[in-house]
Amino acid sequence: MSTAAPITLNNVTCGYEGRPAVHHVSGEFAPGSLTAVVGPNGAGKSTLLRGIAGLQAPLEGRIEGAAGQVALLPQAAGLDRSFPITCLDAVLFGLWPCAGAFRAISRAERARAAEALEAVGLTGFAGRIVGTLSAGQFQRLLFARLLLQDAPVLLLDEPFTALDERTAADMLALIHRWHGEGRTIIAVLHDMDLVRRDFPHTLMLARDCLGWGPTEAVLTPENRLRARRMAEAWREDAAICQRAA
Amino acid sequence: MFLLDPFLEFGFLRRALIGGLALALSAPPLGLFLMLRRMSLTADVLAHGMLPGVALAYILAGLAVPALATGGLVAGLLVVLGAGALSRLSGGREDASLAALYLVALAAGVALLSWRGSAVELTQVLFGSVLGVDDAALLIMAGTATLTWAFLALAWRPLVLECFDPAFAAAVGARGGLWHLGFLAMVVLNLVAAFAALGTLMAVGVMMLPAIAARHWARQVSGMAYAAVLIAVGAVLAGLILSYHADLPAGPAIVLAAGAFWAASVLAGPVDGVLGRLRHRHREG
Repeated sequence: MSTAAPITLNNVTCGYEGRPAVHHVSGEFAPGSLTAVVGPNGAGKSTLLRGIAGLQAPLEGRIEGAAGQVALLPQAAGLDRSFPITCLDAVLFGLWPCAGAFRAISRAERARAAEALEAVGLTGFAGRIVGTLSAGQFQRLLFARLLLQDAPVLLLDEPFTALDERTAADMLALIHRWHGEGRTIIAVLHDMDLVRRDFPHTLMLARDCLGWGPTEAVLTPENRLRARRMAEAWREDAAICQRAA
Repeated sequence: MFLLDPFLEFGFLRRALIGGLALALSAPPLGLFLMLRRMSLTADVLAHGMLPGVALAYILAGLAVPALATGGLVAGLLVVLGAGALSRLSGGREDASLAALYLVALAAGVALLSWRGSAVELTQVLFGSVLGVDDAALLIMAGTATLTWAFLALAWRPLVLECFDPAFAAAVGARGGLWHLGFLAMVVLNLVAAFAALGTLMAVGVMMLPAIAARHWARQVSGMAYAAVLIAVGAVLAGLILSYHADLPAGPAIVLAAGAFWAASVLAGPVDGVLGRLRHRHREG
């Protein structure tokens, strides 16, 4: 793992089909920082994450320092969980950035994948078909794949949604371990108590950037009220960008 | 010998057997990926979409397999690319574009054939004929099988990833869309290769039925692929023997045999078989 460069957002607007979901965000994720991205539904959190991951180019502005450094944990909904492959094979896809479509997987790499399964609490699951996993076990599997990807920047989209307490605590421990290793971590979260307790930095979005900095300075009652008001005011036409770039 | 007679007696049945076995090796793994992507009906759509190309080639060149295959290939690829492009440009769903295109293509194909051909020739194109397996057809079938296996060997990992987790595939730059397009081209190629012996409509049966049946014999995608190939080989053998003894056209006979294997798999297959489930429930209850 190479040390990460800072990820800078320069007046970034991201959205779909020319309709901005989040606009004019500027700022920097410092190397090794642990940041929560919060905001009401539809605030543009996932869209911004997809922009940083390079999955969709920003409509405006520039994102720097992310290319080739990033591993994304998407919301589990987009996966075909009934697909007939084993847990080990699913985790091994984490090697794609170095192994690509054709390179053979070495015995050492298989061992690393098995270790990753152990590290997320799925010891003995290597030969299990992914379709037989519970939601919590499946999320553990995706974390194991992230482990194998070994990227300096980790983007986690709602990593704790629909998880039981035990699994959430285990995955949180893993996030702290990654943070301790100096990786940059950006996570979309809904649980404000969790954010206060475990995430030093917070970026609050409600289409606009309402605050970005130390968590205590961002999660103020005023900011949360503003976010709620903006969410209530959203209509289809309100998505059009009114401020000049 | 009841089982060997047809192939000892008739050279054309031996050809049909070789060609059919080549198809049985290559088409079912493709059908498996179609099924896993919830695109089981796409093969059917493509088979219909090929028809105007085949009809046009027939009008221009007569019943020559290479010409018919080329026409079918071009038309099939146009339907694949056209449906993809249409849904991107007009924002509609890809399955809707495919449905619209294949209905138009099917009508155009039948219209072209009836305008210039006879009913006999129409049935031959739609349902095939073992007599249609000449040297050229045999070469096309064997070549297609070889090409398909080479493609699957190269594309296996990206195809599995694109099916399992397309968002991740995009995030790591796996070019899933490009592999998928290559995959659909292989599907068209296999349908084209199959239609000389089986006809455009029956070709789909060899691709999909063994793949759908294979789900009941293995838990992993690789095991399913082997099972699908084995079932297809069995269906080709059984179908040709049936067609000889019961005086049936080869295409429907092979697909009926594949259908029998499928029904048996659904009932008695070790994975999610109906009988196994009932017995399990009985034991629990």
